[in-house]
Amino acid sequence: MSTNSGDQSRGSWTAATRGQLERRLPWDNLLPDRQPYWVGSWVYVFGVVTIAALAWVVASGVILALFGPQWWHLSRAGRFFNSLHSWSVQVFFVFMVLHLWGQYFMASWREGRAPTWMIGVVTFAVSIGSAFTGYLSQQNFDAQWIAVNAKDAINSTGVGGFFNVLNFGQMYGLHVMLLPIGMVLLVALHVIQVRMKGVVPPIGRLSQPDVTREMTEK
Amino acid sequence: MAQRSAGQGDQRGIRTVPYDLVRELAIAAAVSLVLILALAVAFSSPDVPSVTIQSWSKSDPVDFVTTANDELAGASATANYGPPYNNGSNAVQSIGPVSPQAWGGVHATVDQPHDFVINPLKQAAGNDSKLGDDVNVYESASAGQRAKWHDAYADALQKATVDGSQLTVATGDYGPVPEMLNRLLQLAQTGALDGLLISSNHFYQTDYTKPLLFMNDGGYLAGLAGDQHLTGSQWGMMNETGLYPGQTWLWLYTLWYQLPPFNSAWASVTDLLVVLMMVVLTLLLALVPFVPGLRDIPRWIPVYRLIWRRYYREA
Repeated sequence: MSTNSGDQSRGSWTAATRGQLERRLPWDNLLPDRQPYWVGSWVYVFGVVTIAALAWVVASGVILALFGPQWWHLSRAGRFFNSLHSWSVQVFFVFMVLHLWGQYFMASWREGRAPTWMIGVVTFAVSIGSAFTGYLSQQNFDAQWIAVNAKDAINSTGVGGFFNVLNFGQMYGLHVMLLPIGMVLLVALHVIQVRMKGVVPPIGRLSQPDVTREMTEK
Repeated sequence: MAQRSAGQGDQRGIRTVPYDLVRELAIAAAVSLVLILALAVAFSSPDVPSVTIQSWSKSDPVDFVTTANDELAGASATANYGPPYNNGSNAVQSIGPVSPQAWGGVHATVDQPHDFVINPLKQAAGNDSKLGDDVNVYESASAGQRAKWHDAYADALQKATVDGSQLTVATGDYGPVPEMLNRLLQLAQTGALDGLLISSNHFYQTDYTKPLLFMNDGGYLAGLAGDQHLTGSQWGMMNETGLYPGQTWLWLYTLWYQLPPFNSAWASVTDLLVVLMMVVLTLLLALVPFVPGLRDIPRWIPVYRLIWRRYYREA
């Protein structure tokens, strides 16, 4: 039997996982306090504001979910929190689209960052689905009209019997539970990938090292 | 601003500057909260009350009864819709042999004559023997006889007059249909039909498929939507009631519905075409890093020189 701890941890999935995390995502990468000098544009703020707005979307949504789907029709406080939820969604999308276009014109997928871009696009698509189920969960005329209109497009794909936009319970469940969890996990994965790879260098830079990694491998 | 190269071991000499991510996130959270609060206080949010079977039948009883007559006659949009509600074909979209709607099959069954009209009337007939007799006469009549009653009644309804909860039409051979549908109108106007349409023998209910399809078969709901600029030809999916922005991020999806041939020659399959196109476009967006041309546009349109102007100025 081996006596030292290194031998004891050999073959341990836990130790291997910890080692991978320490190598691929050290704290200096996850929360760096320095950035390359070219990081100095408002474009870099769009992603951060998107995350901030998502936090307010989730926070206001949690309050609405706590009090139930009728609350915001029946009380001033409920109406106010619904307004917060609605406008935080608008702010979230505005800055997410600005972030997307900003990253596009920076060609941010370069040098091994394609997965980061692709997960960002998936997050965008899931966000649209999440917002869509939210509009269907409003329990007002807008929700009714969106449902009867959207059914034809959903039905044309053959999934209408399983994703029934006229079924409030199904849409509400997806909106308050599954889709938000998916969104938050995707955003977390997106951010972790950004931090693992570091910010993309300017287009045309002759030598394009993984800046952040170098900063931590000193 | 303090500057240094990226670490002592950095042979490439990348200069770095302090950057406080956490403070940036905190400031972004505070500023966005102020913005959201201001928007919520200034503009609130839309909440036009939902339409009920009761409000529909009170506001436009002729439309309600005409729709109910169509449901019984099998002449409504729902009656001939197709999957996932029934085996009709009017709303089934296909491109050549590709028809995912037909492949999907019937999984949210709606039997509109019984679900929307006959079953609610039978429940109401528990304490109304005359209504029970009318329903029995109707159900025991031949299909041809029923069709004649419905066609004649549909024509008569075009000149119907309304007196309270009663519709009056010219005298004709409509069988028991006017009595049945007048009683259905009464049920609707009292609000009872709203409950009967979703009861399904369950106490708890959250599935509004049947009442929504029923209302959508009439003209009342679409009329209200048109007044609120929400129809498909008015960029409907993007809009909300009032002047609120709605789902503006669906602009590209909605755009196709405004353009020929999507809204003309291809109108019968527009939904399927648009959904497939948006799936392809979304995949293209996800795969931009690998698509020649798309991935090169940022180099051709030098927005990046603005974003990294400091770098290029110093380089």
